[in-house]
Amino acid sequence: MSFFDYFRSSQQNTAAIAKERLQIIVAHERGREAHLDYLPVLQRELLEVIRKYVAIDDEQIKINVDKDGDYEVLELNITLPEAEKAR
Amino acid sequence: MSKIIAVTSGKGGVGKTTTSAAFATGLALRGYKTVVIDFDVGLRNLDLIMGCERRVVYDFVNVINGEGNLNQALIKDKRVESLYILPASQTRDKDALSQEGVEQVLAELRDRFDYIICDSPAGIEHGAIMAMYYADEAIIVTNPEVSSVRDSDRVIGLLSSKTARAIEGKAPIKEHLLITRYLPKRVNQGDMLSAADVQDILAIPLLGVIPESSVVLQSSNAGTPVSLESNTDAGQAYLDIVSRFLGEDCPMRFVNDKKGLLSRLFGN
Ligand SMILES: Nc1ncnc2c1ncn2[C@@H]1O[C@H](COP(=O)(O)OP(=O)(O)O)[C@@H](O)[C@H]1O
Ligand SMILES: [Mg+2]
Repeated sequence: MSFFDYFRSSQQNTAAIAKERLQIIVAHERGREAHLDYLPVLQRELLEVIRKYVAIDDEQIKINVDKDGDYEVLELNITLPEAEKAR
Repeated sequence: MSKIIAVTSGKGGVGKTTTSAAFATGLALRGYKTVVIDFDVGLRNLDLIMGCERRVVYDFVNVINGEGNLNQALIKDKRVESLYILPASQTRDKDALSQEGVEQVLAELRDRFDYIICDSPAGIEHGAIMAMYYADEAIIVTNPEVSSVRDSDRVIGLLSSKTARAIEGKAPIKEHLLITRYLPKRVNQGDMLSAADVQDILAIPLLGVIPESSVVLQSSNAGTPVSLESNTDAGQAYLDIVSRFLGEDCPMRFVNDKKGLLSRLFGN
């Protein structure tokens, strides 16, 4: 590599691009991976607890995780049946 | 205490089998009773790399199925004392490696060996999971290249969720990063991820770096594990890795371009 190549290649540093892309995708996939692992179980167990008090269907509980900067928000949405609310 | 070490990567063709053979041979050279197992059912290759392909009679699946016992299936290396190979089956389907079968064979090997090296198949399917399932430690083999690094990250996720240690809530598998097919010159030119970059992304301890080397092809041609070529770059790099694994202080080599800054600035 010659004197001039040395500066040219540092201008188009593809390794730096690769590193940046990998850091983004790896952070994304790590986050998702961990949640995929316990969310279904959490949802099932929550359903069991709620059913001790209210009769709800599987679809009446929605669970979601949102990443917001440094922290994550666990969003839990339970739709109660009409009759139960009226009582 | 015997240790089970999985050699894994996700991506194929990155150097798992080369590493399994060289690492197992290196441990045996240090006097440890070592066995290296080929988990790549249907695509057996470790026997070729170890140079014992003509001595295979019974294999891993035969032992699991009770068609032969371990003593019949284990091949004793002719060069290094206390080194054994357990070949994969070439014909059976991948599901032949039942979890109970693998557990039983590994338990038997634990009684007889100090180190049990599991050469994983590519992918994240059954065979790869079986190779890592009972591991105490894992060597994650990675090339300094985007798809290999991403796949390694997937595998690191599996090690901490789909293995016996993870499921039973025991101490996690000890992970070691091994970067291979490394070209310091291209790293210096800025068109290959550096060892530090890869370690930054994967965030597990670096065990060592193996340079891209013509020796690897030559030794595979001859059926000689690279670590027996002790006066070559790749051979020494693998022996260094064994030293570091055994807790010895051994500075990193083969990471930097041999040429000094001056020769880099003023042409080849
Ligand atoms: N350090 C290296 N330098 C050059 N070639 C290598 C190196 N490590 C592995 N190879 C080559 O890469 C190919 C794949 O290696 P192998 O160990 O079979 O990978 P895997 O088991 O992960 O599929 C082989 O042709 C091997 O010779
Ligand atoms: Mg292989």
